[in-house]
Amino acid sequence: MAHAADAHGHDHHDHKPGFVARWLFSTNHKDIGTLYIIFSLIAAIVGIGLSLLMRIELMTPGMQIFADGQMWNAYVSAHGLIMVFFVIMPALIGGFGNWFVPIMIGAPDMAFPRLNNISFWLLVPAFALLGGSLFVGGGPGAGWTIYPPLSDAEYQSGPAMDMALFALHLAGASSILGAANFITTIFNMRAPGMTLHKMPLFVWSMLVTAFLLLLAVPVLGGAITMLITDRNFGTAFFDPAGGGDPVLFQHLFWFFGHPEVYIMILPAFGIVSHVVSTFSRKPVFGYLGMAYAMVAIGVVGFVVWAHHMFTSGISVDTRAYFMAATMVIAVPTGVKIFSWIATMWGGSMRFDTPMLFAIGFIFLFTVGGVTGVVLANAGITQILHNTYYVVAHFHYVLSLGAVFGIYAGIYYWIGKMSGRQYPEKLGQIHFWMTFVGVNLTFFPMHFLGNQGMPRRYPDYPDALAGWNLVASIGSYISVASFVFFFFVLWATFRRGTVAVSNPWGDGATTLEWQVSSPPPFHTFDELPRIR
Amino acid sequence: MIGRIGRVLGLAALAAMLAMGGAMASETSLGAPVPWAMGLQPSGGPVKDAIHSFNTLVLWIIIAITIFVALLLVYCIWRFNAARNPVPSRVSHNTPLEIAWTVIPVLLLLVIAIPSFRLIYYQDRARDADITINVTGRQWYWNYAFPDHGNFNFDSRPIPEEELQPGQLRNLQVDEPLVIPAGATVRVITQGADVIHSFFVPSLGVQKYTIPGRIMETWMRADQPGVYYGQCNQICGVNHWFMPIMVRAVTPAEFEQWVGQARQRFAHTMPQQPAGVASASGDTIHIAAARQ
Repeated sequence: MAHAADAHGHDHHDHKPGFVARWLFSTNHKDIGTLYIIFSLIAAIVGIGLSLLMRIELMTPGMQIFADGQMWNAYVSAHGLIMVFFVIMPALIGGFGNWFVPIMIGAPDMAFPRLNNISFWLLVPAFALLGGSLFVGGGPGAGWTIYPPLSDAEYQSGPAMDMALFALHLAGASSILGAANFITTIFNMRAPGMTLHKMPLFVWSMLVTAFLLLLAVPVLGGAITMLITDRNFGTAFFDPAGGGDPVLFQHLFWFFGHPEVYIMILPAFGIVSHVVSTFSRKPVFGYLGMAYAMVAIGVVGFVVWAHHMFTSGISVDTRAYFMAATMVIAVPTGVKIFSWIATMWGGSMRFDTPMLFAIGFIFLFTVGGVTGVVLANAGITQILHNTYYVVAHFHYVLSLGAVFGIYAGIYYWIGKMSGRQYPEKLGQIHFWMTFVGVNLTFFPMHFLGNQGMPRRYPDYPDALAGWNLVASIGSYISVASFVFFFFVLWATFRRGTVAVSNPWGDGATTLEWQVSSPPPFHTFDELPRIR
Repeated sequence: MIGRIGRVLGLAALAAMLAMGGAMASETSLGAPVPWAMGLQPSGGPVKDAIHSFNTLVLWIIIAITIFVALLLVYCIWRFNAARNPVPSRVSHNTPLEIAWTVIPVLLLLVIAIPSFRLIYYQDRARDADITINVTGRQWYWNYAFPDHGNFNFDSRPIPEEELQPGQLRNLQVDEPLVIPAGATVRVITQGADVIHSFFVPSLGVQKYTIPGRIMETWMRADQPGVYYGQCNQICGVNHWFMPIMVRAVTPAEFEQWVGQARQRFAHTMPQQPAGVASASGDTIHIAAARQ
């Protein structure tokens, strides 16, 4: 690898613009990445705060702190949408993607820096609209899946639902622009010698993610546009009284919604590959298999959407197809799990915080993956659909999967991004608190689902009190670990050691470890050459 | 074998539940959540039986996979840490291994898929239904109609906490339960009225959305007389959490009697039709009785 950092002894190359120009009109991929990460942390405070309120409500049977079911439904919807669109996606794609895709491929910046800026700034009004919708009327109480007729004007009157829909439109536009930017950057701006098959796996994961975004989000845009006109202009796309069909919305939503879950997890796959390889001091096992497993997950992810609709009256033959197609996804996912383990096999492993989160990710993603295999079977889903079993499943792959990926990424790269290395002991404490907390929260939900507890319930039959109490206690530990994470961040910036270019040793081989920590404002003055 | 163990565990849980609910209503509750239970609700009929035996197969497979992955991780952590293995290997390819971990999961999935297909075709619809009921979900109560018995219909509403009798289950008790003959194959037709709801009775293994503009079909059968509880399972507005389902399975004779009373109580809901049309109902009950 080239030593690109050598060229940066002269500080006139590292001229930074003033505050407003740097942070409001930013065109620098690293600064925009930082903005995305800060934004994601702020949104996480809101999203996790909502979930804390919900767990307080569910700790014991009966209505405690919520006024009524509409308020509950609005909080449930906002929690889901915020965590998906304003926490996980901005952190993984906008944050780490912006920061490290250009550096890893040896590009000076993203292909369209100003497009990058608008991608970020579209998210801010989107988040404001969604957050504001909670305070308007009864809030958008139709779940994050916003199925009509419940999301129609007749049942969600007032502007709250429209605000949420416009928030999705803005966030969607932001994602589409970002996706176009990533695809262009990765295809056109790789350094000489960096062929697609030499590209780091994180870049591969972002490439696949960007294609998923580009193909899936416009479908959501179409669906919610029709919903907006149904609500406001008297059309009847989803209203059977006017010849429309509520199930059509479900098809459109999940044609977007299923790729969306891979959009959230693929970048985490990329990060985990880097972390496992770095801390095992071994190259990634089966690199091509890993890359094409992600491509396969992305492609198959587009043809499985109706497994979210097994009880929506789709015919039995259709169920059979979607069931089979869904199970196919377990194969490339298994390839990834086993390849990570094979990367560790024979390695010389260190267990720094990023590695702990990566190992935690592998195990917990396996748990969430196998419950996914259970749910793929339409026959079982007939009694598990919409129960807490589903809630447990998707929190295992997202709250424990994607979020562990984010934490792994933050601890892995925070020295690179900030120039300050985190205190190792605090990071380890944070990992164990999070690990215990989230498992205590979500594992009992499998039992609640088996017992038939439906999701989106603020109150439940008394027999379900036991495991709900356990889950709530778990969520308090999880929230405490999140607060502790802010303390770790504070400690990092306040008294973290100064980070060297490569704190992880010879296992860290990608280009970002060749440049200084933090990298200069313009990373590469001359393009590195990849051998 | 494994299915039998599950059944025994289910019965044990049921016994525990019955022991606890000493003051429970006169009728046996066969399908309701149980404190601290971890598995599925006990099965009340053939659809749920089929789900149970298939679920047991899948459950053992996923437990085995999870333990296998966990053991591999633990072994790696124990054997390949920097202290024990200071010099890492550089191996990054092993084609036979990569083929193996692609093909073996495919075989495992085939083991799951074949009984899974059989299950969904079995669940799909009743071949020879003894009776048909129409279920309509409404904000926030259920409406049940009996087209084979003169097409009377009635609303089934939850009982608020302050009006519960001793032994009635909070959030599960309704004023007018859905009554079906035990042992009869019940065709369930769901239809929507306002927003989407989901007719969901876990212990009978049945769930179907009720969607405006659509008519959908599924089926269930309760083997034993008793009460089987369920709840609306698709977000439907402010009282989504408070529209329970209560299915009372009774002996065919009691059902006949109940139908007679219901036809009078809900006479105002019946379409005007010439006398004698509804007499077919008797036959369906005989079939049900014979089956039992």
